[in-house]
Amino acid sequence: MHKITKEYIQEALIERHGEAIQKKLNNGYVAIAGLGGLGSNVAFMLARLGVGHLHIIDFDKVDLTNLNRQQYLISHIGIYKTKALKEQLLQINPYLDITADCIKVTNDNIKILFANDDIICEAFDNAEAKSMLVNGILEYFPKKKLVCASGMAGYGSSNSIHTRKVGRNFYICGDEITDISKNQCLMAPRATLCAAHEANIIARLLLGEETA
Amino acid sequence: MVTINGKNVDITVLTTIGNYLDENKFRRQRIAVELNGEILPKPAYDTTFFNDGDKIEIVSFVGGG
Repeated sequence: MHKITKEYIQEALIERHGEAIQKKLNNGYVAIAGLGGLGSNVAFMLARLGVGHLHIIDFDKVDLTNLNRQQYLISHIGIYKTKALKEQLLQINPYLDITADCIKVTNDNIKILFANDDIICEAFDNAEAKSMLVNGILEYFPKKKLVCASGMAGYGSSNSIHTRKVGRNFYICGDEITDISKNQCLMAPRATLCAAHEANIIARLLLGEETA
Repeated sequence: MVTINGKNVDITVLTTIGNYLDENKFRRQRIAVELNGEILPKPAYDTTFFNDGDKIEIVSFVGGG
């Protein structure tokens, strides 16, 4: 088999997406905070789009209960999510620039951690962590684009999941209602739907579209 | 009159955004508040008073991801 060169991959992406679009995607700098049901799926989609610079952040390891909705395999159990995900993303496109930070995001490290990213994707599972990151990014980096998610538990209608523009640079995806604490479990279809909403608004922003 | 999450609300007495959040049972650790398009930092909730014409967006986060 021929070596899959960077040029071959670019040609293939351009064949699918068109040159003007691909050039913009190549130049994207996107951070994904949290690599669970949302973040691992968002990362896969952005890697397939050929978004050139990905910054993936999580402190946790893959466990068996993650496999119901997250982009990991049996062989990844016990491995840090940053490592397991980066390996897979490089199988999609070995020439992506991927920065992996195995760290817990706190209010104290937001300023340093996200300094080089243009778009930040909030993909945590905990409501307090979502609030902490959203407040931190909007306060410290009001000019960066922020995409967050809230409400994707259960197996309610797909059609309740939406993308809404909340502020100038602030978008929220999800049904904004369904909490995991209300006897609702997290399942692959709606978690992935919500991740796709996040990935699509990120693609739109990279391509110059600012409406939800 | 102020606008909160797209609805007109009469705020008749001088009150802080923090008071409004508590009275309406918002959980401060699970929200983000935008005041006239800018994020309102959490420490400012109790020192920021409503002004006529303010547009406030309160986003409440639920768990899951």
